Amino acid sequence: MIALDNVAYHYGGAELFSQLTLSLEPGSFHFLTGPSGAGKTTLLKLCYGALQATSGEVRVFDTPATALDRDQIAMIRRRIGVVHQNCEFLDHLSIAENIALPLTVSGRLDLMENLTDLLGWVGLAKQMDQLPPELSGGERQRAALARAVIMSPDVIIADEPTGNVDWEMSQRLLTLLVELNRMGKTVLIATHDLNLIRTAKSQVAARVLRLKGGQLLQAGAEL
Amino acid sequence: MNIRVLLDLLVGDAQADRTVPPTGFTARLTVFTAGAMAFLAVFALALSLATGRLADRWSAELARTSTLRISAPADQADAQLRAAVNVLETTPGIASARALTNDEQQALLEPWFGPGLPLDTLPIPQLIEIIEQDDGYDAIGLRARLQAEVPGAVLDDHTRWREPLIDAAGRLRTLGWVSILLIGASMVALITLAAQAALAANAQVIRVMRLVGAKDIYIARAFVRRFTLRGLTGAAIGTFFGMIAVLLLPSADVAGGFLTGLGFQGFQWLYPLVIPLMGGVSAFFATRTAALRMLKEQS
Repeated sequence: MIALDNVAYHYGGAELFSQLTLSLEPGSFHFLTGPSGAGKTTLLKLCYGALQATSGEVRVFDTPATALDRDQIAMIRRRIGVVHQNCEFLDHLSIAENIALPLTVSGRLDLMENLTDLLGWVGLAKQMDQLPPELSGGERQRAALARAVIMSPDVIIADEPTGNVDWEMSQRLLTLLVELNRMGKTVLIATHDLNLIRTAKSQVAARVLRLKGGQLLQAGAEL
Repeated sequence: MNIRVLLDLLVGDAQADRTVPPTGFTARLTVFTAGAMAFLAVFALALSLATGRLADRWSAELARTSTLRISAPADQADAQLRAAVNVLETTPGIASARALTNDEQQALLEPWFGPGLPLDTLPIPQLIEIIEQDDGYDAIGLRARLQAEVPGAVLDDHTRWREPLIDAAGRLRTLGWVSILLIGASMVALITLAAQAALAANAQVIRVMRLVGAKDIYIARAFVRRFTLRGLTGAAIGTFFGMIAVLLLPSADVAGGFLTGLGFQGFQWLYPLVIPLMGGVSAFFATRTAALRMLKEQS
């Protein structure tokens, strides 16, 4: 699905990481952890084409990222659902309209009938007409997840999806992500939350990667 | 821009339009700018057309006429007049030659000397109006004949003062067209700035749209349609009021000044209707170019 081969990324002249290799196989479940500033978000952005590697090769759906023009990157993003920590909605649109945005921009209005089911799945059916600022942090995270999966993407990438929610809500979000993985979706989650990782490992065969000091390592058995 | 694109632009995509939040200030600014520019463009167009008409009129009226002035002692005046008319009537290229009456000469002098001028008591030269045929006449040959047969006659074929007038009218017309171009360029520049401001103010919208897989052209289209319609609307309003203002200009033919002829005649009233269309087209291309360039820079 997505493969990074010997990838380096420099930011402002400084090396953030180098010789980084990662492969996300279909249906796999990965956690990416590490200290703040280690480059987790950057690595995620490399995976969905928001950034270009300084060196090495990033392949997205078997295509080198460097060979993709802006339109092709847009098409790639329709196959990769992304959940940001701060969600990023269009605040003047209702939650239902925000969740349906990927369908709108891709012209896939035939999938609009899934919207009601999806709102029910993430527990936001009653909030569908509300504006994003009117929702709680957990509701916004669930809405962001719903928006990420409405196009039935092959890969779901989530950056600290439980960063702004309480434990109960983080468990609920994790359950949704595990459900998606069981449906065959590839999942990559960047998180600080070790408890979330431990809980997930009891539910799914998750691989845990640790990004630290510019190196990507398989996490130990302590998780 | 074919008809399909134009219709898509006018009908639009309601969903796509809603992705960009309404921006009251830039909307009003764009409509006002387009309106003001269109209002000025109507006047510039009227100026160009009026000067064009003026140049044509002067050219047509003065090019076909000449004046022969006979200054002769009173006892020779009639003889020289007859001789001059005889010369003129036998000159190829002259359609007619007619001596002005005293009343006509008095009317010509009245603006300078006032009414009731005792023309009979003054040594006023006799004027002969010459109407030329299409091919005109040989002025040099005629002058030579007149010098020999009518020593007191001076031929004025109007060339000396007609050409500067036509030249001046032509320059005014050029000035009018240059003004229209400058007005159009200013409108494009201002709409581009407004579009760039709107794009900059909607950075989050663009970020979210990209995140969910929107192509640049889709993002640009929402802005382009909005600004095109604003340009079109503003230009239509400005043109309407510009045409009303031109319509209300005084038509004081008695004064006969240049400004009284500033306006549109007949089918020329249709010409300003192109201005809103040009405003819309300008806004379309200005916004599209600005949006695509900015999106490319931000990628």
